[in-house]
This record gives sequence, C-alpha cells and structure tokens, in this order.
Amino acid sequence: MSDHPTGIKRWLFTTNHKDIGTMYLWFAFTMLFVGGAMAMVIRAELFEPGMQVVNPNFFNMMTTLHGLIMVFGAIMPAMVGFANWQVPLMIGAPDMALPRMNNWSFWILPFAAIMLVAPMFMGGDFMDGQGPAFGWTFYEPLSGQYDKLAFFIFAVHLLGFSSIMGAINIIATILNMRAPGMTLMKMPLFVWTWLITAFLLIAVMPVLAGVVTMMLTDKYFGTSFFDAAGGGDPVLFQHVFWFFGHPEVYIMILPAFGIVSQIIPTFARKPLFGYASMVYATAAIAFLSFIVWAHHMFTVGMPAAGELYFMYATVMIAVPTAVKVFNWTATMWKGSMTFEVPMLWAIAFVFLFTIGGFTGLMLGVVPVDFQYHDTYFVVAHFHYVLVTGALFAIIGGVYYWMPKWTGNMFDITLAKWHFWVSTISVNILFFPQHFLGLAGMPRRIPDYALQFAEFNQISSIGAFIFGGTQLLFLYIIIKCIKGGDKVSDEVWEDAKGLEWEVPSPAPYHTHVTPPTVK
Amino acid sequence: MSHAEGSYYLPEPSHWPLVGSIGLFLATGGFAYALTYGVDGALGNMTVSYIGLAIIIFMLFGWFGTVIKESMAGKYDSQVDSSFRMGMIWFILSEVMFFAAFFGALYYMRNFSVPWLGGEGNNAMTNAILHEGFQAVWPTNGPGNVGGDYEPMPATGLPLWNTIILLTSGATLTWAHHALKAGKNSQLVLGLFLTVVLGILFLSFQIYEYGHAYNDLNLKLTTGAYGTTFFMLTGFHGFHVFVGATMLVIMLFRAMKGHFTAEHHFAFEASAWYWHFVDVVWLGLFIFVYWLI
Repeated sequence: MSDHPTGIKRWLFTTNHKDIGTMYLWFAFTMLFVGGAMAMVIRAELFEPGMQVVNPNFFNMMTTLHGLIMVFGAIMPAMVGFANWQVPLMIGAPDMALPRMNNWSFWILPFAAIMLVAPMFMGGDFMDGQGPAFGWTFYEPLSGQYDKLAFFIFAVHLLGFSSIMGAINIIATILNMRAPGMTLMKMPLFVWTWLITAFLLIAVMPVLAGVVTMMLTDKYFGTSFFDAAGGGDPVLFQHVFWFFGHPEVYIMILPAFGIVSQIIPTFARKPLFGYASMVYATAAIAFLSFIVWAHHMFTVGMPAAGELYFMYATVMIAVPTAVKVFNWTATMWKGSMTFEVPMLWAIAFVFLFTIGGFTGLMLGVVPVDFQYHDTYFVVAHFHYVLVTGALFAIIGGVYYWMPKWTGNMFDITLAKWHFWVSTISVNILFFPQHFLGLAGMPRRIPDYALQFAEFNQISSIGAFIFGGTQLLFLYIIIKCIKGGDKVSDEVWEDAKGLEWEVPSPAPYHTHVTPPTVK
Repeated sequence: MSHAEGSYYLPEPSHWPLVGSIGLFLATGGFAYALTYGVDGALGNMTVSYIGLAIIIFMLFGWFGTVIKESMAGKYDSQVDSSFRMGMIWFILSEVMFFAAFFGALYYMRNFSVPWLGGEGNNAMTNAILHEGFQAVWPTNGPGNVGGDYEPMPATGLPLWNTIILLTSGATLTWAHHALKAGKNSQLVLGLFLTVVLGILFLSFQIYEYGHAYNDLNLKLTTGAYGTTFFMLTGFHGFHVFVGATMLVIMLFRAMKGHFTAEHHFAFEASAWYWHFVDVVWLGLFIFVYWLI
C-alpha cells in the first residue's frame, strides 16, 4: 500500500474521497455513541417517576444535545460519508470535483462539535448542566436567556459552513464528473437522492445561519428581531427556524431513501420498479418541503387561513412518499428475494419508516395536532422516521457496501443478531411512546405523573437494549476491517452498478480512466 | 496524487483546509469567549479571535496562491473549470438564501408582527391592553419606542447616489470583461480599476451614512424593528461589497501581471458574478429598506 500517504498526515491533509468518506463515517459513528449515551441518561431518568439520576437542567441539556448531536453530528455526516465513498464510485468519477474543499468540509466538523459541547465544561458545577438546555429547536426567547449562547451560535455557523461546502461539492461532482454514457436518468437512485438533498442543503443551511445570526445580534447587540417591544416577534424565530427545519428532515431522509432504493433491487433481483417516478417523487418531496414549515407551529397562534394552508400542503407530501413505498414494495413483488443482512435492514426500513410516515400524517391534521403537539407522540413519530428510518438505512448501507470498502465479508451471524435485537428493541423503545403521547405525557420533561410509569419503564428497557446492541455493531465493523472471508468484486450475487465493477477492496484510486456506460 | 492517465486534475494532499479550520475555530471561539466573558456588557478579550482571523487570511493567501499557481501551470482542463463554475454559482445561491432570511424577517415584521401589535386581525385586545395607543406604521421602533425617538433614512440623497454608483460599477465591470475577451489588457485594467474605485466610493458613502444615522437621526442598530432591519440588511450587504471589492482588487493585480487570457479567466468571471450578485441585492435593499417606507 505505497500508493497513498501514511500516518496521521494521510488523514489530516487528504484529498481522497475514500479517506474523507471514511473519516465522515467514523466521526458520525463516534457522535452516534456520544448522542446515544445522552439518550441513555434521558431514559435512565425517565425509568421511574420522580428525580433520580440528574437534575432538571441537566436533563434538559441532555435532550438538547442529544437532538443536536444526532442530527448534525451523526445522521448528516454519515450520509455525507456515504456520498463521498459511493457517488464517485457509482457515477464513474476519479474523485470528488473539488477534493481540497472536500477535506475542509470534513475538518470543520470536529471543531464545530467541540464548540457545541465545550460550554458543558465551562465554569460552574458540571452536574448543574452548563451546556445549552433549551431543546434542539432552540426557540427564542428561551434560548436568548442562555449565558453561553455565542458558543452554540458559532457551532451552528461552522456546521452550516461545512454542510454548504459539502453540498456544493456533491452537486459539482454529480453534474460534472459522470462517466461517458451515464446520463442523468441512468444514475443510481442514491446519486439522485443526494443531488436533490444537496440542493436542499444549499437552500436552507444559509437560512439557519441567518436565524442564529439574528439570535446573536438580539442577545449581544440590541436588535429587536424577536422582541415585541421593538416591533419584532418571537414567532418570527419559529418561522425562520422551520423554514430551515422542515427541509432539514428531508435532508436526513432522502439519502436514506436512496440507500434503500439501491439495496432492495439487488436482493429482489429485479430493477427498481418505477425508476423515473422515484426520481420525480424525490424532487416533489424536496419541493414540498419548502412550503410546509409552519405545520411545526400549529399551536403558536397563526391565522386560520395559515393553519388550513399548511395542513393541506403537508398532507400532500403523503402522495410522493406513498409512491416511494409503493415502488419499493412493487420491486420486491415476484422478485427472487433473498434475505441477506442489508436486505433485512431495508425491509425493516420500509415497514417502520411507513409507521413514522403515518403518524406524520396524523400530526399534519390541525385539530388532531392540537392534541398531540409537544407530547411524546411527536417524539415517537420523529424517532420512527429518524431511527428506524434514516439510521436503519445507514446501518443497512454500511452492511451493503462495507465488503466493497474492506474486501472482507462481515460476520453474518453476528450481523443477524445485531439486526433482530435492534429491530425488536427499537420497537419496545419507541412504540409505547405513542401511547404515552396520546395519554398526554409532554415531551422534554424529567419527571411525570404516575399514570405514565409502566410505558416509560418498557420504553427505557427497550432503549438500554437498543443502545447496548450498537456496541455489537462496532465490534462487527472492527472485525470486518481486520479480516474475514474475501469477497468477489461483485460482492452480492448479480449486483448492478459501477461500484461492483471495481476490485474489492476498492483501490485508493478508482475510475481514473472513466468507464463507459452503455 | 495527480495522475498522468486521467485528465481531471486531482490535487496532492493539502494542509490548507486544516489551517482554515483551526483559523475558523479560533476566530469564532475567541469571539464567543469575548461575548460571554466581557465585564459589564463590554466585549471581553479578543486576542484569540484576532489570531484566528489572521490564520484565516494566511490560509486564503496560501490556498488561493496554490490554485493560481496550478492554474498558471495549465493543470486545469475545461472539466475542472466547469467544477469551479458550478462551485461559484451554488455558493452565490447560498448567499442569496442568507439574504433571503433577512429579507423574510423584514417582510414578516412589516406585514405581520407590526400590524398585529397595532391590533390587526384578532389582536384588538392585545393592542388595547398591552400596547395601548400603538399605531402600526412603518418605519417603527415598536410599541416600546425601543432606542428612543429617531428619524428614518430618506431614500433620496446618498442612497440614490449609491444606487447609481453600484449600477455604474456593474457597467464598468462588464466593459472590462468585454475588453478581456477581446484581448485588450490595458482596457481590462482600467475597467477593473474604475470598478474598484466605485466600490470604495460606495463603501465610503455607506460609512458616512451610518455616521449621519447615528449622530443626526438617532437611528441605531438598537432602534427597534426599523433600526434592526435597516442596519442588518445594509450592514451585511456592505460587508459583501467589501468582500467583492477585495476580490476585484486581487483581479486587478492579476490583470496587471497579465494572468488572464481571452480563453482562461475564470477567477475574473467568478469575481464579476459575485459583484453583480451584490449589485442585485442592493436593488432589493434600495426598494424595500429605503424607498418603500
């Protein structure tokens, strides 16, 4: 292996898409455990009514940082990691279009993560919770009360900077670096979903930067964006935040759709059903994501016309999403199906993500949302779409492509254990939260009424099992990197796509001379 | 590793991105420290932030210097050129969205929050009980008369001159671009020089206008909704004019060194795109911040 630099400099200065993809994935995995540990603290405190483990402010800090770290530190970087590894391989490009900027996109992330968690350790008693404790949505005016807000704001600025550069790079790569013959409508669906996701990132990350800048000037320089006395409005914060925030949830799920759309055809041994409709559905979801943001704020006191409009627009999203679920199912219909590990995760994704989609429909209906708003029903909903949706697709994607990356097959028995224990425990974890929410348990509270005790205990037990099982995933990955049965170039029987035509493990440089796509 | 067999230029490993990350971290972290640990509302120690800023500037010189060297060595083919073009276009789009957030805030205040505070819609009692006597007119510093009595900035006078100056600078820059494509280097240098002068003139007028607002009109960043949107929008725009002018100054030096050819001058075009973008934002500002009040 003398064709690439070695030692620490290889990783610090690299311009290689595979190295950068690997760093993104390991960073995301690390953050998954950091955010996951925080979730364990939350579930430990909620195991019983009353205060046992941490004080209320520390609890709020845990929910806040858990959300922020999982969204910005785990899910998004993992998806960018996949994009780095797979997009050049799948479109026949020698690397990303702008390799040095690619390095910068990654190397901002660890610094941003430090900036985000550093206030936890700055002054005062650690167990009082010195970090941000205002929820991951950091609503004004509550967040404006936080004394170390500037660190949080600049952490968000850095994250946005990284995401925008990453997105620009992905768009330039996909539009400019495709091998001859790889027309847009021949691109693998994973590439399509990332192209559309990158547009979303470029459109909304600057708006997030804008809203935190408004917070900065309101707190430290006396502006009145969110102050009614000066003619502003705290609700303005929610509008600007959710204009970013709603597309953001699609930023996390669209690449997951892409991964699942790669896995299912391989193991159903049929081409993806309705390829073109998949592309258009992805674009339609992305477009709709810009015009539905206020469904997160139905109870804030909007005019009735606004409530109605945002309800109808929101429910429309069900149409392109249903197209996708239909197409995945139709791809499997009468296919020669086998149930290798990636396929298990993909099928679980289709089932469980759909549950999250249905609860999303319920939440989109205004009079119903008045009941559910800020309850555990919402928590259950978005964990079904983000954990059994985005995270399951990520895990499935790792199992699908890891043999190509390492040249080794993972331990299949352990991986099946990982799948079954995760899938059962994640439902024990999140399904009861629907009932808690319907019964009226609010989210973001460290203590609760006695009536909620049983379902919370069940949920916490599921959480401990699910969290612990991910250590098995870490073990499986390390074991696979260190060795295992050698895989062929194709890896999976009759897998289609350019990534399966390069050797396993994929050499440091691939597609140096572009392949021709027929 | 650069490869002879592939035509697309793949750069060697580079330390500049990491240097940039360290610079960003120190600049923002140092600023956050100064904001958090100032005494009696004053800004705290900014040393770390300035060091970070210096590192960022050092990185920009180093990184762009490398790119210019590679470009002059003819390492970039037309495909690399396309990547750069797409990069710049989408970067400018992200800037458009950043301004959109602030224009959106202005729109929301003028059409929703201020009228609601004045009792519009179902807010009659809010107005009567909480903000008695508050009239919803724009410009306003809100029911709290935040920042005290002030006078708004008229659109005629300096802002109108600044509009003319920026539009003219767009024309001189296009003139320079035509000269570049026709291979007339001295006309290119002259056109760029005029554009930079007009940009600096614009910024000088803007600084003068801010002084006038603070000293004579009692119009400040802290003057409620109007002062907030006025200074944030014009301020961010002014900063972008500064960045654009800096880019054009570098293009001027490079033009004088004869770096550009009629075929290869993407750096010039990128700077020109940026300048026109800044120009268009100003037109939006002139209409919605200055004119329609």
